[in-house]
Amino acid sequence: MTTTIESPDRIEPEEPGGPDAHGPGGHGPVEHEHEHEHGHEHHGPTGILNWLTSTDHKVIGKSYMITSLVLFFISGTMALVIRGQLANPTSSLVNFQTYNELFTMHGSLMLYLFAGPFAFGGLANYIVPLQVGAPDMAFPRLNALSYWLYLGGSSMMTLSFVVAGGAASFGWVAYAPLSNSINSPGAGTDMWLMSLGLTGFSAIFTGVNLVATIFYLRAPGMTMFRVPIFSWNMLVTGILILIAFPVLFGAVVMLFCDRHFGTHIYSVQGGGVPVLWQHLFWFFGHPEVYILALPYFGIVTDIIPVFSRKPLFGYRGMVFATLSIAALSTGVWAHHMFTTGVVLLPFFSLLSYLIAVPTGIKFFNWIGTMWGGQLSFQTPMLFSMGFLFAFLMGGVTGVLLASPPVDFMTHDTYFVVAHFHQVLIGTTVFAGFAGFYFWYPKMFGRMLDERLGKLHFWFLFVGFWVAFVPQYLLGLRGMPRRIADYLPTNGWTGLNQLSTVGAMVIGFSFLFFFANLVKSWRTPVPAGDNPWDGGALEWFTSSPPPHHNFTHLPPIRSERPTWDYNHPEHRKDESHGEKRHREHEQKETVGASS
Amino acid sequence: MNAFTTASPTPLPAREPGDDDPSVGTPSPSRPRRWRRTAAGVAIAAPLILGGCNFYPSYGASRGATTQGQDTFKLYSGMMTTGIIIGVFVAALILFTILRYRRRSEEMPKQFHESIPIEILYTGIPVLVVAFLFLFTVLTENKVDATVPVNATVTSTGTPVEHVKVTAFQWGWRFDYPDHNVSIAGDVTNGPGGHGPQMVLPAGETVQVTLVSNDVIHGFYVRDFNFSRYALPGVVNVFDLDIIHTGTYNGQCTQICGLYHSEMLFSVRAVTPAGFQTWLAGEVANGHTLQRQPPNAANTPPAYTHVTPSNALAAPSSKKGSL
Repeated sequence: MTTTIESPDRIEPEEPGGPDAHGPGGHGPVEHEHEHEHGHEHHGPTGILNWLTSTDHKVIGKSYMITSLVLFFISGTMALVIRGQLANPTSSLVNFQTYNELFTMHGSLMLYLFAGPFAFGGLANYIVPLQVGAPDMAFPRLNALSYWLYLGGSSMMTLSFVVAGGAASFGWVAYAPLSNSINSPGAGTDMWLMSLGLTGFSAIFTGVNLVATIFYLRAPGMTMFRVPIFSWNMLVTGILILIAFPVLFGAVVMLFCDRHFGTHIYSVQGGGVPVLWQHLFWFFGHPEVYILALPYFGIVTDIIPVFSRKPLFGYRGMVFATLSIAALSTGVWAHHMFTTGVVLLPFFSLLSYLIAVPTGIKFFNWIGTMWGGQLSFQTPMLFSMGFLFAFLMGGVTGVLLASPPVDFMTHDTYFVVAHFHQVLIGTTVFAGFAGFYFWYPKMFGRMLDERLGKLHFWFLFVGFWVAFVPQYLLGLRGMPRRIADYLPTNGWTGLNQLSTVGAMVIGFSFLFFFANLVKSWRTPVPAGDNPWDGGALEWFTSSPPPHHNFTHLPPIRSERPTWDYNHPEHRKDESHGEKRHREHEQKETVGASS
Repeated sequence: MNAFTTASPTPLPAREPGDDDPSVGTPSPSRPRRWRRTAAGVAIAAPLILGGCNFYPSYGASRGATTQGQDTFKLYSGMMTTGIIIGVFVAALILFTILRYRRRSEEMPKQFHESIPIEILYTGIPVLVVAFLFLFTVLTENKVDATVPVNATVTSTGTPVEHVKVTAFQWGWRFDYPDHNVSIAGDVTNGPGGHGPQMVLPAGETVQVTLVSNDVIHGFYVRDFNFSRYALPGVVNVFDLDIIHTGTYNGQCTQICGLYHSEMLFSVRAVTPAGFQTWLAGEVANGHTLQRQPPNAANTPPAYTHVTPSNALAAPSSKKGSL
């Protein structure tokens, strides 16, 4: 093959953060990467000690991902037990107390310990520095602290099952006064609160790290409007974390004081206000919903262009949509409290409705990206399509819930359960595993099997609809959430059994995932630097990346510098003059070489 | 590690088996025909779907046994129709894109990346849709939340008003009729046949419910009323029910309230006003009066009361006038 195109000039590696900045952890500039790597191999600890002491964002990111996936599978198993219990009326698979503990811990593990940490601790930790061309996160030691707090907090919550009195059993929202020392006296509740404190700080530190990394450690040439959308979304997620998690921490501390130090912040008897907990909790809780969703929107937004072989449609629109979702999300908390009768309904209703607008923009941008493209449906793209359909239905039913009267009729029923499972599984599972399949080759340097990946997807996809569509109908037929049993005369049995079958199929689909991991570990297929022909900067470096990520960088002229480098004739955003100039130069080159 | 010191051409993604489509290269003549067929299908199917049901399809919900529940149902049904139209449109658009633009060749697609008019269009239309939904929401909400004045005995149109105080507790319900000195209570242990206590109400009259909790938060929910409201400790929630049809409606606590949350059942039996008076007399004769203190349901007043926004802000003082 003759080179018809002159390689774009490569710029010398620069230490992001300016010439004076020293690399995180006191390492030298990247120019002397090779010598330094040698240094690390000889002086640094190896094996388990290396893992324990590492401040490398890639090691921490992988630790986060493995831990959160373990918790995901523990929590998913709890869901299967819950579905087993509900498959028959007046079932006695587990007793009431165990059932209440199971759904509480299922929700807590999934929402606090899997969905968020998998995204902002795992994927973002690994990918964001690569995407913005940084050698590491801005504060590597804080990053390590973040992980160890998370591991401690997660262990504490999971272990609360074995203490006297069992785990917390008041639902993941822990409404006062059910969560006070009279109604929930066990140590399990205290461990639950402690765990929220620890993992809350872990999240705050990660939020600080993400914001600082994206603001200050971008490679030369990467303006804010050239930052890939995944990293943009992580920036906004980081900001939302800084808004929301301190409020949760404050609420948790006050609840702890009520339980142990005789304060009466949430108790009527002492002049406190139980509803205050709900206000504080949901002031955290609704931004939290978008802390959980935005990273996954970002994953899909990065994947769809790659498998469409096109740039993202409406990049700026996407950024503004994300920003407005984040802004609106801080003003909608009381839509979780319509049925309390003590909130001003129309204001919260209007703001909740408005979130549908930027979310709709995202949908049309995703479709616009695919429009006119050359779509190929490898596993990551397949999971992204699953996300689109799942999130579409979850989103549409969410609009209904923004209406107070409709909320009155469906609140705390299985309609709401179905809604948020569609939204959350759409994001964290479909989009989350899309990201996992997408970036696994980058992280481990080996491919996952396409056939097993597709089997995983199709079983998951079918199981998902079978499990959750019946739950909408159950809710409309009056089945409240968090009930351990029901009467045969309620007429809920058939739909519940259908839902249970779907849940089992979802559980079954993950066997293909495990098989895939085993296969890639036993018989590795090398991935190469850029197996998907990706456009962002992480695909420019090797798989897995070297210690400080890059030995050199391509010129950054758009949000997909690697694409521009590999396909200089198919760049976007060229003005007419630039194009003519380049074509002229190319002709010259061809003439010279032939 | 040294892989990117040489500018090796990136491997193209593996082609899928389905990509070996024989129709490569001849897509354009069939495209308009396919479009026309789709349009014709929609034109035929839409009236069938819409005409097969009445103006407010139920979509699995109850049509409502109270006037408030019926208003809520209509809003729900209208929003559901809107949601289904939008959802089906977007889903069809995604499906069409997926099928139409499957990779058929290695030709590089056009690298377009924005279209300001289209982006403005798909920002503006959702704003309009949302504005309409919000408008209907507020109109319905004002009707559902409207209450007659707390001490009224008749509405402005002359309908009698009955007052019932509902007290939720772990794990049961107490229904007090202060105007008639009747009190019904039942909990997880003494409900008739495991279905919990029964609240008897007159159909065709306005019932004002005062909802309180003795301990933790509970949810008062009757599926056929399309309505739920929290029983919050320290808060008195007031709402009206105008039951239209006689019958028995199941209710249940919806907010997790501890161990026996799923057993906190009750039912509402709506009877004629005359039947209601007969029932009241029978209950007094049975000794089910306010003086009788059932176990677990201490008649303690809440620690403080406050006016809820649904009373103070949303509701017009004269409710029948607003209907």
